[in-house]
Amino acid sequence: MTSAASSVTSAGRGGGRRLVDRVARVRELGIVVALGALFAVTGAANPSFLSYGSLRDILLNSAIVALLAVGQTLVVITRNVDLSVSSVVGLSAFGGALILADHPGVPVPLVIAGCVALGAACGAVNGLLVGAARVPALVATLGTLYAFRGVDYAWAGGRQVNAADMPEGFLALGTRSVLGVPLPALVALAVLLTVGWMLRNLRSGRELYAIGSSPEAAVLAGIRVRRRVLTAFVANGALAGLAGVMWAARFGTVDATVATGKELDVIAAVVVGGVAIFGGSGTVYGAALGAVLLASITSALAVLRVDALAQTAINGALLLAAIVLDRLLALRVAAALRRRRSP
Amino acid sequence: MTTRTPWRPVALLAGLVLLTSACGGTTKSDVQQQQSSAPAGSASSAASSAAADPNAPLKQGLKIAFLPKQVNNPYFTIADKGGVDAAGEFGGEGKEVGPSDASASSQVSYINTLIQQKQDAIVISANDPNAVVPALKQARAAGIKVVSYDSDTAPEGRDIFVNQASAEDLGRTEVQLLAKQLGNKGKIAILSATPNATNQNTWIEFMKDELSKPEYKDMELVKVAYGNDDDQKSFTETQGLLRSYPDLAGIISPTTVGIAAAARYLSDSPYKGKVKLTGLGTPNQLRKFVKDGTIEAFELWNPADLGYLASYAAAALASGQTTGAEGETFKAGKLGTYTVGAKGEVLLGKPTVFDKSNIDDFDF
Repeated sequence: MTSAASSVTSAGRGGGRRLVDRVARVRELGIVVALGALFAVTGAANPSFLSYGSLRDILLNSAIVALLAVGQTLVVITRNVDLSVSSVVGLSAFGGALILADHPGVPVPLVIAGCVALGAACGAVNGLLVGAARVPALVATLGTLYAFRGVDYAWAGGRQVNAADMPEGFLALGTRSVLGVPLPALVALAVLLTVGWMLRNLRSGRELYAIGSSPEAAVLAGIRVRRRVLTAFVANGALAGLAGVMWAARFGTVDATVATGKELDVIAAVVVGGVAIFGGSGTVYGAALGAVLLASITSALAVLRVDALAQTAINGALLLAAIVLDRLLALRVAAALRRRRSP
Repeated sequence: MTTRTPWRPVALLAGLVLLTSACGGTTKSDVQQQQSSAPAGSASSAASSAAADPNAPLKQGLKIAFLPKQVNNPYFTIADKGGVDAAGEFGGEGKEVGPSDASASSQVSYINTLIQQKQDAIVISANDPNAVVPALKQARAAGIKVVSYDSDTAPEGRDIFVNQASAEDLGRTEVQLLAKQLGNKGKIAILSATPNATNQNTWIEFMKDELSKPEYKDMELVKVAYGNDDDQKSFTETQGLLRSYPDLAGIISPTTVGIAAAARYLSDSPYKGKVKLTGLGTPNQLRKFVKDGTIEAFELWNPADLGYLASYAAAALASGQTTGAEGETFKAGKLGTYTVGAKGEVLLGKPTVFDKSNIDDFDF
């Protein structure tokens, strides 16, 4: 788990870091290989899977989960987890849709900003529970998973907002393409690159890894752990808020049950993407690729006319296969590195 | 917990009585017999001996509780509002209670609470036809009338089932609706809810039966896909259908979540207007897609009328207008007079077809 981090401390400066980078890159390579294999097999069986329209659909399908996976990675790296993301998405989607439906005069950018702020506030609740009150993240966010959904239920009171109630311009955001790439995917990509850069190059980003590798050591090293953990949760909440608006724009039908159960998809994407569930290693690129892989598997099964009743089981089996493949590659590289280092 | 204890012996006894009377087998006539005999077997049932009098006035101040599959579901919000409005019309008092998740066991504790509150009638849409029966038997033993609507319980759990539309009507008319748009030929697919959804599976059986008729010989059902009543999954399944069957001509989606997700996908794709979509949906949800040409026509019963009728059925039972036996009639306000059919079923009517010309007349 912590091989990447421990090699930072054991290996020297320049050369060691390059080595770590290479390992990190190979970690994602495993998923890329799995993704390539999936596309090759499915494309051979049904070439239309590789058509522009189909690829566009897959990007569209994975955008929201990818965005959530990026946020979740921030939290998981610090050896925490946020189970409440699906409820935050639901709350944000309903809140945004309701305002757009009932107050058509409110400008769309303001609504989006409001939803992001709402998500960040939810994230702050999680962050305070985990960081300040020292409640284990699993328990705290399980609690807020229900609490936020409960607020959503109470707020909605059985109401549903439909596509016809929301402005056309807003709905178009969910499906419009810029230069052939769907807008939600572009948003996810922009977030991905920004967060990826920050995690890699900023001190605050590196400190998240340090906290996840060894919280005690991080405290001794003078890292303000609570504050960093709180920041990670707030950022994750804000991204969940953004994902909520994207959900509303994309599906157009919003009630209080939006995104129920999606937290598991997100965590699966993060884990498939090679982010260690016990913190300290992994990248947002891997997590985003994990989301794309999950969406591709679902699409591929639908395209390959796999029996509907078997789909869930096959989905799970393919997921395991992808993880095993990734793990084998990682072990192999680690062994190769050891051999090279030993003489 | 302590308030519940006094009821236990009574309930247990009543349950045993019912159990023994239910042991004789379950042919249709037996079911009928049980229904009329069940209330009489209970100790505290007040109106049990009275024969049905279709002209009996509705009692004032009846307390009627609506227990949907889940609260927060817009469909049930509308249906239960219809029911509560009806209760207001006949001087009763209606309220909606229920769980926020639609799991099999979640309704039982609500039924227990309603028994303690001494409601006059419970109107329930069962999440599971069997899981709620023991609790409903307790309720009936305590003199509470039980009406199921939307989704039936096992017959021994209720007095009357208000059926929104017969499964046969729904299955066949959806095929007819699509066939009319396609000129009776082409490949079609079904986008359903979950693979084990009872309602949808029954409808799909009737769709298949309708498709086997000679006039549909040029129509072929190529696939039944399952969107699990999840937006994202329904979306992906629609995409999958169009990718794997490029010459697909039409889709039937007998679930409100599925049809909305499919419409949303089609409206933004090159297939818009070319691949026909129909099924069950609500006018508010699909208005945009009917107006932009993605959907020509779809159908549904009026959920508000369903709740309204169930409310009147409950009041009629509690006032002795009917006992729930076949052939008896009762009045349901603005909807007119209804007759109880076999197995205590009351049919709301044929589903309403919505298209460009009439969709603006409906708001639900």
